[in-house]
Amino acid sequence: MIVAERKPLEQISSMIESNSKVLIVGCGECVTVCSAGGKKEVDILASALNMIRSKEGKPIEIRQETLERQCDAEYLEQLRGFIGEYEVVISMACGAGVQFMAEKYKNSLVLPALNTKFIGVTEEQGVWSERCHACGDCKLHLTGGVCPIARCSKSLLNGPCGGSTNGKCEISPEVVCGWQLIIERLSDLGQLEKYEEIIPINDWSTNRDGGPRKVVREDLRL
Amino acid sequence: MKSESELEQILTKGEFAVTSECGPPRGADAEVIRKKGELLKGFVDGVNVTDNQTSVVRMSSISSCVILKGLGLNPIMQMVTRDRNRIAIQSDILGAAALGINNILCLTGDHQKFGDHASAKNVFDMDSIQLVQTVKLMRDEGKFLGGEELKGSPKMFIGAAANPFADPFEIRVPRLAKKVAAGVDFIQTQCIYNLPKFEKWMKLVRDRGLHERVHILGGVTPFKSVGMANYMKKSVPGMDVPDELIERMKAAPKEKKAEEGINICIETIQRLREIEGIHGVHVMAIEWEEMVSEIVKRAGLFPRPHIEG
Amino acid sequence: MNYPPNVKIIKVPCTGKVDVIHLLQAFERGADGVYIAGCLEGDCHFLRGNLRAKKRMEYTKRLLDEIGIGGERLQMYNMSAAQGPRFAEVAREMTERIMTLGPNPIRAKNRES
Repeated sequence: MIVAERKPLEQISSMIESNSKVLIVGCGECVTVCSAGGKKEVDILASALNMIRSKEGKPIEIRQETLERQCDAEYLEQLRGFIGEYEVVISMACGAGVQFMAEKYKNSLVLPALNTKFIGVTEEQGVWSERCHACGDCKLHLTGGVCPIARCSKSLLNGPCGGSTNGKCEISPEVVCGWQLIIERLSDLGQLEKYEEIIPINDWSTNRDGGPRKVVREDLRL
Repeated sequence: MKSESELEQILTKGEFAVTSECGPPRGADAEVIRKKGELLKGFVDGVNVTDNQTSVVRMSSISSCVILKGLGLNPIMQMVTRDRNRIAIQSDILGAAALGINNILCLTGDHQKFGDHASAKNVFDMDSIQLVQTVKLMRDEGKFLGGEELKGSPKMFIGAAANPFADPFEIRVPRLAKKVAAGVDFIQTQCIYNLPKFEKWMKLVRDRGLHERVHILGGVTPFKSVGMANYMKKSVPGMDVPDELIERMKAAPKEKKAEEGINICIETIQRLREIEGIHGVHVMAIEWEEMVSEIVKRAGLFPRPHIEG
Repeated sequence: MNYPPNVKIIKVPCTGKVDVIHLLQAFERGADGVYIAGCLEGDCHFLRGNLRAKKRMEYTKRLLDEIGIGGERLQMYNMSAAQGPRFAEVAREMTERIMTLGPNPIRAKNRES
């Protein structure tokens, strides 16, 4: 899922310095799973902002809502009846949700409460890590199911680079070497000879490098 | 001959080659490079010029190579894939060749986190193996990566690095095999301190016949001090420094520590000369370039063969 | 068992039920200090409820620092249900701590305006 983290309270609070009526909207999907922007986090943010503003002697009125998700118009529609009453909207969705809300409500100032980080997985409760870069041309069948683009700090297609120590990347002992994982997987699967096949230079045009991307399914359009 | 490189000529003739390295300055002062070049002239067959090593911004490799060429040296342009995309890389290869640079060392490059611009964008449009393929394509087929023909192919001698001591050991030889398959002409290894382990790697290399398809130069670096030896043992990834060498450095009297470092280096070179498949030595005297001449002389490698024409 | 009258007790079946929002809202509504009294570590009837409370409390402390109220107003103490005197001692200790820190800055501000 998409993993995000709440921005520092100070940054969020300074975004709404001059506002006294604020709507905070959470999202029930990815950001709920990674405990960044679900209903719980909306309540926490509201309480925190309330206290920050009370302390400054500049009280604030906050309404709290949480939608199923903010990347689908039908859920965003649920705000139409009252969003106009608020000077500013703080969205606790990922970057996609924040933008979609802004698109649907052109007269509302929609602010991001989160920093969207990556597409990843829950390693354990409280620990999420990156797995996929959305490069648009999946190569997992070539590398034993471990992504060289997302999990190698240099996105090498013919790694490792020689900077790893004890299976950890040169950039940090907390980061596992992606190519170490690939080699171990290929070895476990009895496919180590695949390692010697040179993976040719990548076509990055399917990645963001080629421009903002879109998928259209005519068969599904009414 | 694949290229116009003197280094290629020396290796093809079967001579034991000597290369060294110098790092460009952190400014626009060409004199710094010239001074380093003067220290090496006559003692080496080729000089590597690093490319923003450890992601620290320095005068570009290509320009420093041109300065060294002007002094009569044979520069080996190091090129990392960290900072440039394929358009810039192919362009620089053409430019370098046009300026008379005919040796290139294809590297991935340290992550920008290590340098002075950790916020920079990470390019890595290709990796070192794909870079080797790129130079070979341009040189031997006269084509760009996109398939179009280029006019005036860069006649470069293609090199790459190998680290027999890095993790994981089981793919160290397959990795070399990959580089050979990609078309590499010569290899410079990471500095060698653990000779038994290196000999083990070379045996595996010979078992696969790789030593006959590529010229391998063994890397050496003299210890300046006990501190340096310890630092390399503990803090440099992919470095294998046996305890006996640390002990030797410690045991040497205070004024003779640097000398002991040089002694160890020369012994290493002598052992390397006896290993089948080793065609030369790459002396990396980091910030100690003035010692290269002594090392080359004492290792019995002076004078260097002169190539006519 | 005597403990200071300014301590208001909210009973929960296990401190594992206490979440970040409860702690924050206590301060939001004017509490000068909040403390969690949980079972001794290792003795939790629900196994790790008191450990969850501890983690949430530590997280809330950092939030309170960010908010500007101060994380030192929030504490957690561990004791067994049989340790009546310890309960009283903790209540006194916490009260003294809060007296030194002064009233909740929010309350102070509200009183000013």
